[in-house]
Amino acid sequence: MSMNLMSGSTEIPVRVADIVQVSERVKRFRFEPVAGGSMPVFSAGAHVVVSMNIGSRRARNPYSLMGSVTDLSAYEISVLKTVDSRGGSVFLHDSVKIGDQLTVSTPVNLFPVEQRGRKFILIAGGIGITPMIAMAEQLTAQKLPFELHYAYRNDQAGAYADTLKARYGHLVHLYIDSRDERIPLDALLKNQPLGTHLYVCGPGGMINWVLESGRKAGWPEENLHSERFLAPPSGKPFSVVLERSKKTVTVGEHESILEAIEASGVEPPYLCRGGACGQCLTCVVSCDGTLEHNDHYLAPEERDGNQKIMICVSRIKGSNLVLDL
Amino acid sequence: MNLVFKKETFRDDFTFKNSPEHVRRFPFPFHEDKYMYTVNIEPHTPGPVNSVFEFPIDVDEHYVSEMEDRALVLKDDPLRCQALPHMQLAEWDLVELLMVSMSEHYPEHFTLTRDGDKWHWINRPLGIDQQFTFGDTATLPYPPMEYITRQCQGDFCLIDQRDGNLWMDAGIVTTQADWSLDFDIGMNFMEWHGPVPLAHEAGVFDRALKFLMNLQLGKPVRRLNWTMSINPRLDTSPENFHKWGSDRMTVTPENIGEKVHLRVELQGLWRLPRSNAIVFSIRCYLISMNELVSVPKWARRMPRVLKNLPPELIDYKGLSRYRQMTIDWLSRFDDGAPTSPGGQPD
Ligand code: FES
Repeated sequence: MSMNLMSGSTEIPVRVADIVQVSERVKRFRFEPVAGGSMPVFSAGAHVVVSMNIGSRRARNPYSLMGSVTDLSAYEISVLKTVDSRGGSVFLHDSVKIGDQLTVSTPVNLFPVEQRGRKFILIAGGIGITPMIAMAEQLTAQKLPFELHYAYRNDQAGAYADTLKARYGHLVHLYIDSRDERIPLDALLKNQPLGTHLYVCGPGGMINWVLESGRKAGWPEENLHSERFLAPPSGKPFSVVLERSKKTVTVGEHESILEAIEASGVEPPYLCRGGACGQCLTCVVSCDGTLEHNDHYLAPEERDGNQKIMICVSRIKGSNLVLDL
Repeated sequence: MNLVFKKETFRDDFTFKNSPEHVRRFPFPFHEDKYMYTVNIEPHTPGPVNSVFEFPIDVDEHYVSEMEDRALVLKDDPLRCQALPHMQLAEWDLVELLMVSMSEHYPEHFTLTRDGDKWHWINRPLGIDQQFTFGDTATLPYPPMEYITRQCQGDFCLIDQRDGNLWMDAGIVTTQADWSLDFDIGMNFMEWHGPVPLAHEAGVFDRALKFLMNLQLGKPVRRLNWTMSINPRLDTSPENFHKWGSDRMTVTPENIGEKVHLRVELQGLWRLPRSNAIVFSIRCYLISMNELVSVPKWARRMPRVLKNLPPELIDYKGLSRYRQMTIDWLSRFDDGAPTSPGGQPD
């Protein structure tokens, strides 16, 4: 199975048509195709990878598509400004202006609406609301029953809370941390009709809490769905030797192995860039330290085997890693 | 290419034939003189003009007659077309994929006009003029997948992706080499590959599963598969084995040229945008040995390939009874000269 079929993804040049400050730290961006016409059809739960040139560096961040799957004149994403030093979200917030050009990938859906579902419970924390906006749209269009539970930090942080409430009324439940409001998870998980599917997107801790509680309440694994966008964690720099391409690259403190490799002109395959899809799995030839697995993909045996690494999010503690690339 | 649709049959009197232009565009699957097993998947990107790869969906001179044959199969056995209820969105995805591709690439034969969800489809070769509402099944005379695949050559399976697996949850299968939709419907990836020999060896299927699960929108892939069949019969399904199984007994050295056919399947895989399902298309191309030897390169290569087949493959493809006879017949056309690399005629 040749891998070059899968490398990278099809890139679409887009123009920033609109930027809206939605809440204190969230901005919404509207991307229209530079070539005119419409964007490819997508489904709720899909994300795109946005590519930006930050100085001499190329950053690629995944963002969920929001909005209606029937409006293809543009794509919309919402970006939370995080002060990690990687800079993608800061760049979008502070440097990108209406009229600028960027590229986005064709949509990839790792969080699709299960078409056999009879009822849907959507749980969002913070910026995790974005895929749920598209889901609520799609479920409404498909006439499938859903309820949305949305938790956020304080009154200033609830991006789209008012719009969602206005659009879907009693289907939307809001919980504000600063007022000590909590999602009544145990009650929610109890007595749901057969064929109910639960979707959760938000901070890692919240996702774990929801999934664990679901399992404990006896939910089948197939009915629990989650999506986490893990930003590649930072760490000490180290060097990576690409054995087949005969290249050596340095992975900086705030860079992922994948990004460092891309900067050298080699394009390994990826889809999610967040440690979830398995696409960037790479074989380790040798490592002079220990592998730091940050992904959600590898099975525990595979992690311990030290032969595979997900280069979009994982690093090493050590100085030199040799990869079969 | 200027298409003239032929009137011909794939059963009873078997009047199917390829025109000389269609012989030359046959997707001959052997790239060298010996058969090599490879997972020959490649991007389904446009190929040379007039080849079967020129467009994502190939329409050829057999179109009208193949569609008539499909209608006959469905009349006898409606279970050849089945869809589980949750595949409806994927069915509409398929309607869009096929209508858009056919109308874009064959505008003289097919026209699609879209105004929001109000669609208007004209299929001139089959005399169809249909207005409908995209997404509303009640506005079509058949369910969406059946509607459009009654108008498109090739079998189609719609594969749902969930729980880390792929599920064959809808399909229309009337031109299959020996497998049954009725048997496989609702099965997952590992289950429906159960009967293939050497199958679960070496993690081939695990890799294939992972590959398919990460298939991307806008990046379809294809591969060629081949077998041989007696008579240009499209419907060689297990359900109808009693009708075609005995065909093998009718091969004699005298009738090999017209009876024995190379059967090539062009298999395509697309990610569908609305449902996130995958469509697996299986398009069958047939060529008789008489037609095949009209291309000198293929006349030389075909007997060489047949000679070198691994025994388990000969059994699996059901060639045992007539392989040697076919090699003997073909060898008259092989002067031993070297052949050029690749499958295309010189
Ligand atoms: S790109 Fe998805 S796991 Fe690395």
